[in-house]
Formats: sequence, structure tokens, C-alpha cells
Amino acid sequence: MATSVANTEPIAPGLFTWPSNDPRLLGSKCQNCGVVIFPAQNSCPACSSTDTKTIELERRGKLWTFTIQGFLPNRPPYEGPETPETFKPFGVGYIELADQTRVQTRIKTNDVSKLKIGMEMELVVENYIKRNGKDVVAFFFKPVDEL
Amino acid sequence: MDVAIIGLGIHPFGRTDGVTGLEQGAYAARKALEDAGLDWSDMQFAYGGSAAAGNADALVSKLGLTGLQFINVANGCATGGSALQSAYMAIQSGMFDIGMAVGFDKHPRGAFTVNPEASGLGKWYGDIGMALTPQFFSMKIQRYMHDFGVTNDALVRVAVKNYQNGELNPNAWRKKAFTYEEVATSDMVCDPLRKYMFCSPAEGGCAMILCSAEKARQITRKPVFLKAVSVKTRNFGSFEVFTQAQALNRADSPTVRASKAAFEFAGIGPEDIKVAQLQDTESGAEIMHMSENGFCKDGEQEKWLREGHTEINGKLPVNTDGGCLANGEPIGASGLRQVHEIALQLRGDAGKRQVPNNPKTGYTHVYGAPGLSGVTILSR
Repeated sequence: MATSVANTEPIAPGLFTWPSNDPRLLGSKCQNCGVVIFPAQNSCPACSSTDTKTIELERRGKLWTFTIQGFLPNRPPYEGPETPETFKPFGVGYIELADQTRVQTRIKTNDVSKLKIGMEMELVVENYIKRNGKDVVAFFFKPVDEL
Repeated sequence: MDVAIIGLGIHPFGRTDGVTGLEQGAYAARKALEDAGLDWSDMQFAYGGSAAAGNADALVSKLGLTGLQFINVANGCATGGSALQSAYMAIQSGMFDIGMAVGFDKHPRGAFTVNPEASGLGKWYGDIGMALTPQFFSMKIQRYMHDFGVTNDALVRVAVKNYQNGELNPNAWRKKAFTYEEVATSDMVCDPLRKYMFCSPAEGGCAMILCSAEKARQITRKPVFLKAVSVKTRNFGSFEVFTQAQALNRADSPTVRASKAAFEFAGIGPEDIKVAQLQDTESGAEIMHMSENGFCKDGEQEKWLREGHTEINGKLPVNTDGGCLANGEPIGASGLRQVHEIALQLRGDAGKRQVPNNPKTGYTHVYGAPGLSGVTILSR
């Protein structure tokens, strides 16, 4: 991994395994009805049970739907590194993780015009911004053929 | 007990520099009172909402400190619909027999700024660039087009129709029709939706006077009755704005559920509706809401649009005042504007955009973050 872990922090705690060479999103599975959600939470939005367990989600999945964010989002809340001059449209989508859930994510790709429903995607954890002198890493999904 | 709408008031939507949101609300309230031939002191209660222009109950300092019960309503994009529903329940309960639902707003230019934490989301969700409502609408229609074969042509046609209707509405913001080409080649905002397919946050005010059906006949010759009002929030599994993870099993949307409940309560069906307002935050929303509200099957929308069924002279005119696309979206007032338009149409007072053949029954539908819908059925 290119970044030194000591000077790096995740964008938020508890979203994904970190540090890890096989990063996984952390969801929760309801011990009553079996529903999986992301991010992990201590109650189930489907059946209201408070018996949930944190689990690692599948790393690969299929693009269920997407869009291409065509304008620089408002700050706050956006913290991305772009300026109006350097901004390039980026992909956002939902990745269907087999038998688990569909997770909303930023998409890392060299060519947003090639995004297509059904394409195979894999989770990556990469540098996103600098905050308080530290590199902040975030999760993204990337088309498998760009790995 | 039936509840009647006996007074309608609106402040033009769009941009009114130098006039506060509150003043626009007061203007609409005075217009509604004038329309009903009543005074503010006749109001026993009011429900009001504004998302970005202050507390609605500050209206009393403009309209008069009469001591009435005034309750502020805040329910996202469905704020206006929720104010109306609250007023409806207040009369139905028998506690009051006449009062007002009012809403106004004045939003800064550009997309809505969202505070993810206020919606129960992590701060990171906004940091990373996903707390944007246009993304949701785009992703929902993208999947819908994939599943049901709807094409860009339908997205363009909705926008062209709504701006054409806006041209006929003196209170609309966008009073200029766009050509098919202009819409189809406008800047891409969030694929597949382009600039002229989106509504924008705006300004405006809307108010209406409600009373018991019994009282209505004494006050006006043209009452419009609320046959059903229904507000529903999302079920687990429906695909809604700001959903970090969606269930694999899709549930009915709150629109489907609010619509079914309203039709059941009114004892009629979609085929009985002669004019409708369907939330058109963007073109795709109007298309999906046509079927979610039961007016056509999934995938039939493109044919409907090509054949002009939702135009003013069609079999089910939709968004006859130009909808959100031509009026913009001042959150507190938007849902009330929809009801205002249908009530005008049923009274035969819609001017150049009047639907022909004296429509008797109409329908309104508002949808908003974080996944709630409000439906009303109106008749005269």
C-alpha cells in the first residue's frame, strides 16, 4: 500500500476494515430476521429488533444503478479536493452484494462513460483528502477490469 | 365529515428580490382570505411551514395577533402537504370548523444544501459527495429506464410539456417554453437528467382556507372538497433518497401506499381522476409517479407522452400549472401549490390553462426527502 498507516485515518470509524489488504465494508446482520444493512447499526430497520451483529460484506458485486455527478457539490457538506477548475464529473452508484444488500458508493473509474448497469465492481480503500495533516482514506468501488 | 377548501391564495413563484419569504406567505394568506370573503380574525387555527424562510407562525405579526392556534409544520418537501393534512384533521376532529393551511419559502440559488447528520446519516456521507438529492432522482430513473424500457425521449417530453404549461400560468417562475432540442441538449447535471429536466429551489407562498362542508355552502358557491388526504413514509425496502444501503427485496414506495390509501378512502379509482398534479422534482419523477400513483402501468409512460395524454387537452392532464419544473420548489409552499392548482381547475378558474369538460375530480401528489409522499383527492 502506498500510504503509511501511521499518518492515515479512515473517513469515519466503523465503515470498513482498516488497515487491511483485503478491505471489507462493515455491515450488520439482524439476528432476528436476517436482514443485512450498511453501515452497521444496533437496531434493525426491517423488524425493529435490537439484536444485530457486525459482519464483513462481500468485496465484489454488480452495479445496480448509477449516475454521474456533473457539478461540484456544495461545501459544506462536501469535502472533496477539487476546485471549480479541476472538478471532473464522478460516478455514484449502488453495488448489489449477493445475498446481502445494495450499498451506495462513489465509483472510481478512468472513464465514467463506460459505466453500465450489471458491470462487476470491487471495493477499494484509497486516499481521498488530507485532514489535520493526515491522509484520509475512503471506500470506493472500481470496475473489475480496471483493477 | 367532508372538509372543504373555500379560499385560495398564491404569491407568484420564482425569484422576488426584496420581498422576504414571510411577506410572500402573508401575501398568499391575504389573497386566500379575500378569495373566501373572510377576515384573518375568522380563522380559528392555522398550520404553516417554511424550510428556509423563518418560522411560519411569525405570520401572525403581519396578519394580526388574534390569538389563534398556530402550529409550525416541518416535513421536508412534503411540508405543504403535511400542513394541509393537519388542517384537514383539525376540522375532521370537530375541534375547529374553519382555519388556514399556509406555506412559503425563499431558498438560495443552486442545489439544496443538505446536512447529512440531521437526516440520521454519518457526516462522511456528505464529505464524500453523496448527500445530493439530484443523485438519487437520477439513479432511480436510470434503473427504471433499464427495467421498463423508458428512453430519454420521455424525459424530454415531460419537461417540454411542463414549461409549455408554465407559459400559460401568470404565477409560474419559468414562463417561457423550451423546444425539444433545447431540453435535449441542455447541460448534463446527473446522468441521464439534464439541466432543463430539473426543478430548482425557489421562492413563493401559498395559502388556503379550509372549513367543514356544512359551513362551506354558506360561505361560497364554489367549494372544493377534500375527499381523501394521505401521508406515508417509507417502508423498509423502498428505494428512497439518502439510502446508504437498499434492501435486496424491493418494497412499494410511500407514493404507492399513499395513493392506494387515498383511493380506498375516497371510494374511487385512478380512472375517475380528470386532472392531476404529480411531483416532478425532475422529469423522471413525473414519469415514475404516473405509475406509482396508479394512472398507468410501468413502461407505458412514453406512449402516453407521445400521444399527449398528459397535456392540458389529454385524457389525464398532469401538472397543468407547469409543475415544479416551471414553478421551482419553495419547500414550504410547493405541496400547497399543487392543491391550489387542482382546486382552481375544479372551480373552472384556471384561465388559459383550464382543462376542458368541467373536470369534477382531481388529484395531487407530493414527494420529498427522506422518503415520504402526500396524496390528496379533491372533488367539487
